Amino acid sequence: MKGRVLVVDDDTALAEMLGIVLRGEGFEPSFVFDGDAALAAFRQVRPDLVLLDLMLPGTDGIDIARALRAESGVPIVMLTAKSDTVDVVLGLESGADDYIVKPFKPKELIARIRARLRQPAESVSEVLNIGDVNIDVAAHAVRRGALTLSLTPLEFDLLVALARKPRLVFTREMLLEQVWGYRHPADTRLVNVHVQRLRSKIERDPEHPEIVLTVRGVGYKAGPP
Amino acid sequence: MPPPPPTGPHRDHLRVRASLAFTEARFALRRVLARTGTRWRRSLQLRIAVSTLLLSAIAVGLLGVVLVQRIVTGLVEAKRRVALSEATAGFAAAAQQAAQNTGSPIIAINALAREVANRGGSPAEGVSLVILGTGEDSTGRAVPDDVLDASVPPGLRRAMNGPAAPPAYAYTTLRYRDGRAEPALAIGSPLFFPSSTQVYQLYYLFPLTQERATIALVRGTVALTSGLLVLLLGGIAALVTRQVVTPVRLAAGAAERLSAGRLTERMTVSGEDDLTRLAVSFNLMAGNLQRQIEQLEELSRLQRRFVSDVSHELRTPLTTVRMAADVLYEARADFPQQIARSAELLQTELNRFEALLADLLEISRYDAGAALLDPEPADLGSLIRRATAAVEPLAVRRGTEISIRLPAVPCVAEVDSRRIDRVLRNLLVNAVEHGEGGPVEVTVAQDETAVAIAVRDHGVGLRASEIPRVFDRFWRADPARARTTGGTGLGLSIALEDSHLHGGWLQAWGRPGQGAVFRLTLPKRAGAELTGSPLPLEPNGARPPRLALPAGRPDA
Repeated sequence: MKGRVLVVDDDTALAEMLGIVLRGEGFEPSFVFDGDAALAAFRQVRPDLVLLDLMLPGTDGIDIARALRAESGVPIVMLTAKSDTVDVVLGLESGADDYIVKPFKPKELIARIRARLRQPAESVSEVLNIGDVNIDVAAHAVRRGALTLSLTPLEFDLLVALARKPRLVFTREMLLEQVWGYRHPADTRLVNVHVQRLRSKIERDPEHPEIVLTVRGVGYKAGPP
Repeated sequence: MPPPPPTGPHRDHLRVRASLAFTEARFALRRVLARTGTRWRRSLQLRIAVSTLLLSAIAVGLLGVVLVQRIVTGLVEAKRRVALSEATAGFAAAAQQAAQNTGSPIIAINALAREVANRGGSPAEGVSLVILGTGEDSTGRAVPDDVLDASVPPGLRRAMNGPAAPPAYAYTTLRYRDGRAEPALAIGSPLFFPSSTQVYQLYYLFPLTQERATIALVRGTVALTSGLLVLLLGGIAALVTRQVVTPVRLAAGAAERLSAGRLTERMTVSGEDDLTRLAVSFNLMAGNLQRQIEQLEELSRLQRRFVSDVSHELRTPLTTVRMAADVLYEARADFPQQIARSAELLQTELNRFEALLADLLEISRYDAGAALLDPEPADLGSLIRRATAAVEPLAVRRGTEISIRLPAVPCVAEVDSRRIDRVLRNLLVNAVEHGEGGPVEVTVAQDETAVAIAVRDHGVGLRASEIPRVFDRFWRADPARARTTGGTGLGLSIALEDSHLHGGWLQAWGRPGQGAVFRLTLPKRAGAELTGSPLPLEPNGARPPRLALPAGRPDA
């Protein structure tokens, strides 16, 4: 199992504790305590996942998430003390895949990390189509015509989940379970924000989506193939 | 061919139309009156102008009447004096002539009349002379001869009958043979002839036409000037009030805009008069108000900032503690018994601490006015199922069965799912905890504009005096009861705030021994006003309080 986790947190006690817990679960943690050094550490460590505190000295978590997203689809899980709409949505919009609110239990954290590091089941070559978007599941590639679209693993999972059952309307709760791995009810804003991010990459006009359609009051479904 | 005369129904139709027109006219009149009434009540300027107009009309009218009266009296008095003195001279001349006359009085009278006629009217121009006989010769002679004898008023003639009557006068109408008439002053005197016992009466008639014209002119002038004066005064009053009212209106407008939230609104200050002082003090007030409001806003911002900071500062070390406690707890099997128990206590109390901290932060967010509604359409049925599933483990431990009654169609409302989920969980946990193991029933209903969820338990219930207090912070129904559950005491307060944030209601009903009902009513459209709830608060079959079972006995 992949296991390199980069912890970006200025609180040394918390970082150390996170280290203890992560090592206990078989992960390989490395630490950076300053926002300004985060990007350099990321390039050096090449982690499989980044644990990112939202409030940091120097460059703050939201800017780091944005910078990381600009060069990598690495899963990012935010640690935040604020569950207020604005902060969380801002973090998600800048590229974080998931978030966990302090104080959290070690088990919750590990579950979030595992969900994001989950390896897709070995599948025979599977090709899905929604509208003019072509998804090669095994190759993790999404194309519109000749144009290759670059999606993060999470966005890819989201799109594949919708595309596999094109007639089904997914509630946000279903997507949270299937894509994010939540067994219990969670924040549906995760779904809203990531659908927006996905649309901004794959739709011709994100204002009038044709690939990921909203079913008002219920959830989302894939557009016609 | 002429049209046929209106038949019965046709006439009726006309009558109806006429009465309709009449009604319409009445309504129109009433509208105009109402509008005028409104203007009257609202406009200080109109009121002052109109009252000035009325009062000055009365004053000027009285003045005019007195003035005209005085002028008339003066004119008439002067005329009378002149006329009397002229008449007296005339009478004296006539008496002298009569005394010298030895012949028939008729001749003398005729001569007198001729003389008056020849002189062209004596004693003055335009004056008529009437000589009337009494007794045998009752004929009258008038100069000029188209003057009627009837011009002499009978009252004056009677006054002349005395034996030694002085010259007397009366106002009369001078009548001519051709029907003309003019006001006149009649002065008469008896005329005696030594040669005859016959007494004659001599009257001079002084026409007052000139005076009447003068009086009419004076009257007209006074009326005209009075009217103009009144209008002028009204206009002046309107102008002056306008000068006062305009700044007041400006101030009222500024105050309205200020109260509408435009805090930078000020009045323009010019000059040094009282109204300028009004503007200055208004601006001062507005400035103070703005400063205070901004201060409050700043405080509230600081408070929010503080809450957010505390949240962050407190949560980070708490996370470390939490994780450390968890590691210890997981490893408790390896510890001696006392340390293992300590790890367990640490774990459970940390849970409580966390719940309390979360609730405190939530409530302070409400206190700071920082709670924001994030509404989107959601099916309340699925929200309830989710909340019920979350409470299920606790319900199972308590032996409580939770049943849900949903309408056939989904109840979709614009709500903040996170908050409503929290409210529902709170109500469910409460019902399970206070339900004494009895069943908990969740009922959902909807109408055009609202959805309602009622959570009913069959536990110890609530006394009437407790109902308003259940939403108080840290309130407990029975302080003596052991704190068996991990509730923070803030759950219902937060639930109430959550429902208010939606523009909804959260209400409680309870009777000792019959359990309690908490009903949440939410508008279907976020921000819409609630007018009623689709569900009754009091459950069907609730018994009146005096028949209540002893507390603690399950209802079912």
